[in-house]
Formats: sequence, C-alpha cells, structure tokens
Amino acid sequence: MKALHEMGVAELAQAIADKKTSSAEATQHLLARAKQHQALGAYLSFNEDASLAQARAADERLAAGERTPLLGVPIAHKDIFVTRDFPSTAGSKMLEGYQSPFDATVVTKLAQAGAVSLRQLNCDEFAMGGSNQNSAYGLAHNPWDTTRVPGGSSGGTAVAVAARLLPAATGTDTGGSIRQPASFCGVTGIKPTYGRCSRYGMVAFASSLDQAGAMARSAADCATLLTAMAGPDIDRDSTSLDHPAEDYGRLLGRPREGATAAQPLKGLRIGLPKEFFGEGVAADVLAPVRAALTEYEKLGATLVEVSLPRTELAIPVYYIIAPAEASSNLSRFDGVKFGHRAAKYDDLLDMYKKSRSEAFGPEVQRRIIIGTYVLSHGYYDAYYLKAQQIRRLIAQDFQQAFMQCDLIAGPAAPTVAWAIGEKADDPVANYLADIFTLPGSLAGLPGMSVPAGFGAGGLPVGLQLMGNYLKEAELLQAAHAFQQATDWHTRAPAGF
Amino acid sequence: MSLTLQDIGRIANLARLELDAEHSERMLAQLNGFFDIVERMNAVDTTGVEPLAHPTAVMEDVALRLRPDVVSEPNAREANQKSAPAVERGLFLVPKVIE
Repeated sequence: MKALHEMGVAELAQAIADKKTSSAEATQHLLARAKQHQALGAYLSFNEDASLAQARAADERLAAGERTPLLGVPIAHKDIFVTRDFPSTAGSKMLEGYQSPFDATVVTKLAQAGAVSLRQLNCDEFAMGGSNQNSAYGLAHNPWDTTRVPGGSSGGTAVAVAARLLPAATGTDTGGSIRQPASFCGVTGIKPTYGRCSRYGMVAFASSLDQAGAMARSAADCATLLTAMAGPDIDRDSTSLDHPAEDYGRLLGRPREGATAAQPLKGLRIGLPKEFFGEGVAADVLAPVRAALTEYEKLGATLVEVSLPRTELAIPVYYIIAPAEASSNLSRFDGVKFGHRAAKYDDLLDMYKKSRSEAFGPEVQRRIIIGTYVLSHGYYDAYYLKAQQIRRLIAQDFQQAFMQCDLIAGPAAPTVAWAIGEKADDPVANYLADIFTLPGSLAGLPGMSVPAGFGAGGLPVGLQLMGNYLKEAELLQAAHAFQQATDWHTRAPAGF
Repeated sequence: MSLTLQDIGRIANLARLELDAEHSERMLAQLNGFFDIVERMNAVDTTGVEPLAHPTAVMEDVALRLRPDVVSEPNAREANQKSAPAVERGLFLVPKVIE
C-alpha cells in the first residue's frame, strides 16, 4: 500500500472503507506530516483533539456500515470558513482568536459527508490578494520552490494539497483565488457557478463575487468535494442558487454523446479567447497551455477562436466592484461586537479608527479606501455604476462566445509563481496578474485550473477551463478526460 | 483626475481609518496609480446598459428572497458575545457617547 499522504480522496476513502487503514490513523499521519512541514506555512493552527474526535466518529460510522465518498477522509478549510469552538481568523489580526458561534454551511455539509477537518489553512487577509503575502500570520511557500509564492488568496489550500499534506481542501474564489493558486502549485481547483455553494459562514469580502470551491490532486476528487459542499441554502444565503444539488462527478469517464472511448470528447468545441493568448502571456506559460490544447484535440475536441473583447477592462471593473463591496462588508469590524479593539482611544470615533487601523493590514486598508471613495457622494455613478454596467457587457461577451463553443480555455495566470517579496509593495502589479481569472468571476461562471505542465524553473502551469452557468459536470468531465490521458496532475514537488 | 492628500484624509475619515502622514503619502501614490487604469472605463459606451449586481441574473431572473418573519434561531447571546472586546451583563460596552 502506498503512503497515506500519497493517496487522493477516492483512494484514501477506499483504503479506509476496506479497513486497510482507519480515519484516525490517516488523520494522525497527516497531522504529523503537516507538523513536519510546518515551515511551508500552509496551516495557521491545529486542534488535534478535535480532529481526532471527528476521525473516531467517522470510524464509528464506518463500523456501523455507512459508506460515503468522503467518510473518514481528512481535509481542511481555508480560514475564511468559520467554525465553532476553534479560532476563525480570515488571516487577519482583526479576528485573532475569534470564536464563531456557528459553523459555515460548507463546513457543516462536509462534516455531514464524513470528512475530518484538520482545521484552518493560511490565506491572504480577508481573501484579498494573489500571493498569500497579505496574511497577517505569515507567508505560505510554494512547495515547488519555497522561495516562490503559492498564489492566493487560497494559498494555504494550494500548498497543503500540492505538498501532500492533504488529499483535498476547501478554498474560496472571488477574483481567481482558487484557480490562480491551483495553477501556481500544480493542483486541480474548481470554482463553481456563483451561488452554488452557500456563502453562509464565509467571512464576506465581495458578496456578489465570493464563491466557495475545492482543490484536490484530480478533477475526480474535486467533483467529490464539490458534490458534498454545494447545494441550495435558501434560508441562510440570499444569493444561494435555487437549483437542486447535483452529482458533479456523474459524467466522469463517460464519453460525450456520440463520442467514442478513444475520442471521448468528440464534438466538444473549446473556445480560445484571442485576448488570452496575446503578448501579455509569458512564453513559458503559453507553451504548456498550447500543448494541453493539442492533447484536447487528440481527445476529439475542436478548437475555435472566440473573443472576450473586454478582458482588460475586467481589471478596473473588478477592482472597483470588489473593494466597494469589501468596504461595506468590513464596516462591521468596529471593535464593539467582535474583533480587535484598540487599547487606548479618546472617544467612540477614535476607538473605531484606531481599532480598524491597528488590525487591518495594508492591502485591506487600501481596498477599504478605494471602495469608500467609489461609493461616496458624487463618484458613485462615475465608478461603481459604470463598473456594474461594464460587468454586464463582460458577462454578455461570454454568452456571445458560448454560442460558438461549449467550454472556454486559456491560461489561468499570465506567469508562473513569482518570487516571494516581488510585487509586494506594488498593488497595481498584483491586480494586473489577475487578468485571466477576473472576467469569469465577474460573470459568475464556473472555472477550473488543471495542471498542464511546467514553465521556467520547473514551476507548474495551469490550464484554465471555463464553462457556462451550471456546467460544472461538463467542465469536470473535460478535465478528467485530460487527466486520463496525461499525468501532470500526479506530479509531486521534489521532497514531498 | 488625480487625488490629493486632502481627499485621502476625507475618505479615510469616512472609512473610519486613521492614516499617518507616511501612510497617506503612500496610499495617495498607489491610488493614483490604480485610478490611471480605472480611467480606461470611460472609453466604454454604456448608454442604456443595465448595471449587473447579481452575476447569474444573466442566466435567469433573480429575485431577492424573503423569508417569513418568524424566530428561527435560539437565544445564543453568550456564544454570540464570546468574542466581544467588552461585555457586561449581556451588554456590549462602548465609550461614553452622550454626556
């Protein structure tokens, strides 16, 4: 039997069900491994007693004859999902030691499915960032080259899955925070259609964009997690989609209608937005992406050129809308009901200001300032409203493109992972790096990053796949077919 | 259009943030760099375009749901106040507001 940490979700669940190991043993093994690699900065904290209690409960459910695809499998949550009785920080000093009185819906659903939680994973503060350098609790390191960033904001998630500390974990994606770190760390990640997963208990950043998703070492394992996480949460999340829960893995390994086993994707039209293949993409990213597309042709797919003409505009549009919503969401942190309160202040107003200025990091403050400005009297129409109008045009561009294709493909990010410290004090450079993930986020479309090879320095490159609304199963089918024909997703960084 | 230090001070006050001189200077430079990109939005003709607040409204009609106005949660005051900075007898404490 291979080492427990080398197993994916399906393998580990099978080994546990076959009594080759137990959930408690797997949990202990992965806790020990996480501590052995603590220098990677993937985790913010542990609670071994709680994790082992969950594992023993899963073993009891197994002993009683219960079987689910996640029963007993250790996972962990990005520290954006609040959980009862353990600290939930959102990577911010503002929430240091915060004890949530309730569990996020996603946490509850995965626990019901039998997954064991190894606690919280590092992330950029309030999920704002693309390098994990904005976490108030330290850097996370890319296991492919520990001098490089893992991407963000779900940096800890990507590191943990890539370094074989976990078979899978949750993340959130507001403007690319699952797809970009998945690309940088060579793991598979999916962000479903906006509203598929409940936002209840996800610390809010930009409510019209925030969406939970999963990372794992295969599309099949992502499907398993997503199936357990997603589903309507009508009473608790006002933007939860009112569509029944689905088995997102139902099309895996099945040829498309009219296709063959040798060419399972025959008839699939993959749209390549010409704006995703221009000068802005590094050559070492473009080569593996092109090679992956050639592989898709071998699997029967046809490639068609499409256009998303407002791709560049997605940057200002997103960085108006997301900070506007963030400034509103983060106004709840006033040092009264929860969160940090300054030790010294003159009066109530001074207490608000000092508490917030002490506890929010620089990027969060920057976004609050941008958001406050674009929503302020006299500027709302010129910035916020204008951005929301262009947002509709961007979403319509996708619908135009989907008239010519079934899926859209391109790079997930214009470069491989950059060096720690690079771009650290240059917010605009960071914003520009999000160019290929922002359009799909603004449109609320499902998207994935699938390992597609390596660029300069042996750093992973992800192929981004985007589908139309509610087409997660088709996306996962296409990603799975690629992973049946290639082995990029199985590669592990040296030493892990 | 360029922001000034005065603008930064005004916005920071609205946002209930306190920026010292050094932070204000840096924020000003970064924001002006950012708004250079934002100005590109002006070139887009959005006459008659309905703003998109809810992304999946492109796919289907989205109406904000209302739920019945009934008590759905048990009283969990202690749990809810566990992380409050200052609480006394179930009340949140704040500095004196009215003399």
